[in-house]
Amino acid sequence: MKIGALTEVFPGENRVAMTPDSAVQLAKLGHSACIQSGAGAKAGFSDAAYAAAGVEVLPDAAAVVAAADVIVKVRGPEAGELSAMQDGQTLISFFWPAQNPELLETAAKKNLTVVAMDMVPRISRAQKMDALSSMANIAGYRAVIEAGNNFGRFFTGQVTAAGKVPPAKVLIVGAGVAGLAAIGTSVSLGAIVHAFDVRPEVAEQIESMGANFVFLEFEQAQDGAATGGYAAPSSPEFREKQLAKFRELAPEMDIVITTALIPGRPAPKLWTEDMVRMMKPGSVIVDLAAERGGNCDLTVPDQKIVTDNGVTIVGYTDFPSRMAAQASTLYSTNIRHMLTDLTPKKDGVILHNMEDDVIRGATVAHVGAVTYPPPPPKIAAIAAAKPKEKAKELTPEERRAKEVAAFKAQTRNQVGLLAIGGGLMLLAGLYAPASFMSHFIVFVLAVFVGFQVIWNVSHSLHTPLMAVTNAISSIIILGALMQIGSGSFLVILLAALSVFMAGINIFGGFMVTRRMLAMFQKS
Amino acid sequence: MAYGFTTAAYVVAAVLFILSLGGLSGQESAKRAVWYGIVGMALAVAATIYGPGAGLWWLSVALIAGGGAIGWIVAQRVQMTEMPQLVAAMHSLVGLAAVFIGFNTHIEMVRVAAMDEAARAALTGFAATVAHKTGVEISILRVETFLGIFIGAVTFTGSVIAYGKLAGKVDGKAKKLPGGHLLNAAAAIMSLVLLVVYLQSGSSLALVGMTLAALFIGYHLIMGIGGADMPVVVSMLNSYSGWAAAAIGFSLSNDLLIVVGALVGSSGAILSYIMCKAMNRSFISVILGGFGGTTGPAMEVTGEQIAIDAEGVAAALNDADSIIIIPGYGMAVAQAQQSVSELTRKLRAKGKNVRFAIHPVAGRLPGHMNVLLAEAKVPYDIVLEMDEINEDFPETDVAIVIGSNDIVNPAAQEDPNSPIAGMPVLECWKAKQVFVSKRGQGTGYSGIENPLFFKENTRMFYGDAKKSLDSLLPMID
Repeated sequence: MKIGALTEVFPGENRVAMTPDSAVQLAKLGHSACIQSGAGAKAGFSDAAYAAAGVEVLPDAAAVVAAADVIVKVRGPEAGELSAMQDGQTLISFFWPAQNPELLETAAKKNLTVVAMDMVPRISRAQKMDALSSMANIAGYRAVIEAGNNFGRFFTGQVTAAGKVPPAKVLIVGAGVAGLAAIGTSVSLGAIVHAFDVRPEVAEQIESMGANFVFLEFEQAQDGAATGGYAAPSSPEFREKQLAKFRELAPEMDIVITTALIPGRPAPKLWTEDMVRMMKPGSVIVDLAAERGGNCDLTVPDQKIVTDNGVTIVGYTDFPSRMAAQASTLYSTNIRHMLTDLTPKKDGVILHNMEDDVIRGATVAHVGAVTYPPPPPKIAAIAAAKPKEKAKELTPEERRAKEVAAFKAQTRNQVGLLAIGGGLMLLAGLYAPASFMSHFIVFVLAVFVGFQVIWNVSHSLHTPLMAVTNAISSIIILGALMQIGSGSFLVILLAALSVFMAGINIFGGFMVTRRMLAMFQKS
Repeated sequence: MAYGFTTAAYVVAAVLFILSLGGLSGQESAKRAVWYGIVGMALAVAATIYGPGAGLWWLSVALIAGGGAIGWIVAQRVQMTEMPQLVAAMHSLVGLAAVFIGFNTHIEMVRVAAMDEAARAALTGFAATVAHKTGVEISILRVETFLGIFIGAVTFTGSVIAYGKLAGKVDGKAKKLPGGHLLNAAAAIMSLVLLVVYLQSGSSLALVGMTLAALFIGYHLIMGIGGADMPVVVSMLNSYSGWAAAAIGFSLSNDLLIVVGALVGSSGAILSYIMCKAMNRSFISVILGGFGGTTGPAMEVTGEQIAIDAEGVAAALNDADSIIIIPGYGMAVAQAQQSVSELTRKLRAKGKNVRFAIHPVAGRLPGHMNVLLAEAKVPYDIVLEMDEINEDFPETDVAIVIGSNDIVNPAAQEDPNSPIAGMPVLECWKAKQVFVSKRGQGTGYSGIENPLFFKENTRMFYGDAKKSLDSLLPMID
């Protein structure tokens, strides 16, 4: 199949859906590639570079549409582009089917197959083609860079000969992919970063990136995992609480980056006008939700404004396009991964398998029919984080009662054992002769001392303990020494052998213990 | 005067022995404590040679010197990985000595009983003590002698077999003669019958018969216990050697023998108890061999074992801040402790937090891993016990399992039907990433599949532990 990339017609769009690198990879799948002349110019990829990678460079869009079986683009198609396409062609690009029902109808009528990159389901297998995430990542990074560009101070705190510089304080609202990327970038620039999200389960991710999670005390914290990993609208009470928290934070923050979006809805207003008023002059707000109306009341989409109190509000909507080279590389890789899944045999033949969760989810029009919305994917996006069961807190009285009960049980045990032991001892004393009893008492005491002493031996010294007890159990040599003076030859022989063996043991045991203990070094 | 002096020396020696064991509570005090033991032993031996009852002191000194020289040489030459064998071999010597001394007591008894009054009065030494005993005391003496020989004989053959298994000279698998534990029970009952016979008649034949039965019990009991249960076996034999000494002490009316025997006996008993607890098995089940029966089908293990090469492990280690290493018997087999130590040194030099987690039954001897790591110059303050470190795994970046299997098996916690269910294990799977250095895909000693190897955050680093780690070393920078 022939894959063709078009030049983006949307004003200010610098990205391109195919790079020389991705074209090489496509060739490995058995596809050939063509591109409209100048398509990659704004992203830094010259026609010559494409030609060198084996891509056919065609003079205009019409030629590409005529030559290619599959058209790849970044932005969704304009009405004109769509009507220029031929029956049976496949289009892979962003599409936003929910917002563009007419376009979708047109595409279906023209018998086009449309794979919408924004509809790729959020499951682990599909991460490599999740263009929303890769673009959001760039947006998050770029947001911090834009903020830094408009912020008159260092991010990192410094103590220099010329004075002390406090670190910048950054608040990130919404910890999706863009938010997390913004956290990572600001943390690595040295700022103190706070981050907020309505989904409590992302607290761990936020903290793992090195930011502080702004904790909101609220009963019905929503479970984002149930909505496919995206945020859902929150209740008015929750919103009030949230705004109160932001008001508290606003005077301290130097940079605010808002990334809060709810799928299929206008962006929630989270940073109100009064909060902007509270901020220090020179502070910067970067509103990544500007395209959907903005999280900040004062955001003007596509523009950078400065408020009366000197707060800069950046409302650009084209952050990924501002980093066209990087964005194109990532996006073209996403496209390439999508084509890999569409070409299971790597023989250049596209097999549109509508049974596949990922392909089914992303395909919004196929064989003359609108296939949007897709059925829910078979695999849950993110395993729902189950609330942890908290161990029941015991009241002080309960704990006290428990301790007393445990103490009583222990006492009962000990007294019982002592009573039985004492009883047995007395019984033995009744029958055994005194000479035996004196030794027996010594024995019992020694066992008792042994138990007390050995419990305290450190676990790491168990091997030396065994070696040393081995050595001292050779005390049995005393018995042999007492017998060796006997008159009987046999007794002398056996005793002599015992002395000899015990001698080996005494020296061997002590020496090896000493050797082992000498090895234990403190760091 | 001499008698009083000996007793005084014995008291001092007993105190020194207790201090010597008590000092093992810490690594530093232990270095001092071993000298207490040596001085105590020297004092006891000197006092006995000088004291009443001993004779032929020149022979004794010569034999002690000869045996001592052998012991010294062995102690200098032994490899730390051979420690379990050495300990077992030394137990067998104590056991055999106890048997010999027990027989001596019997021979003396027979000899004294055959004498007339005049000859008895002329006796010196141990024979004189025997001569003064009354009828009841003679009976008690017989029981004590009998017990001393019995325990000594079991210790002797048991330790010889344990030595053979640990040294690889006897097949490490659990083996039983047809009849199994019934044979042991029969031998034990026979011994009991012979005890009664011996008490009645004092016949030498009964004593010899019992000795043979006891030797058989020792042999057969230990043959039936597999390799990984050796920590329990060795500490059990340690305990027996102590009880044998105590029994001999009773028969010789020597308090120091009784005290030391009891100390050693209780020490071994506690060690066995700790080992059994660490395996969540009763002492009886270990001795009877084999694992407890399963209560249902084992949980299905899903997923696959994913292998990784040295580059991958090195990259993860270079990125990690906190690392926990879990050594097992496999490390000792591969002689990899030096490589582990070198790896630790390199990682620590980069400011990473490297620690070791030791399961109580790791290796073939209680505390085996600690000694191996100490030999390789791993500082002991980063070598931690299971209870100290188990809670830290969730905050750990990388856990490296080197040659251990059952002690890191999550089935013990997750699968109530697993034969090792309830055994305390090191929860290494809670670390962000786990690397398992292992020779192949086989199961551990218990023969149980280990779900750890199939976990998502586990990577298998196949190959000989030493070679794998050596290939890793140059990549850590």
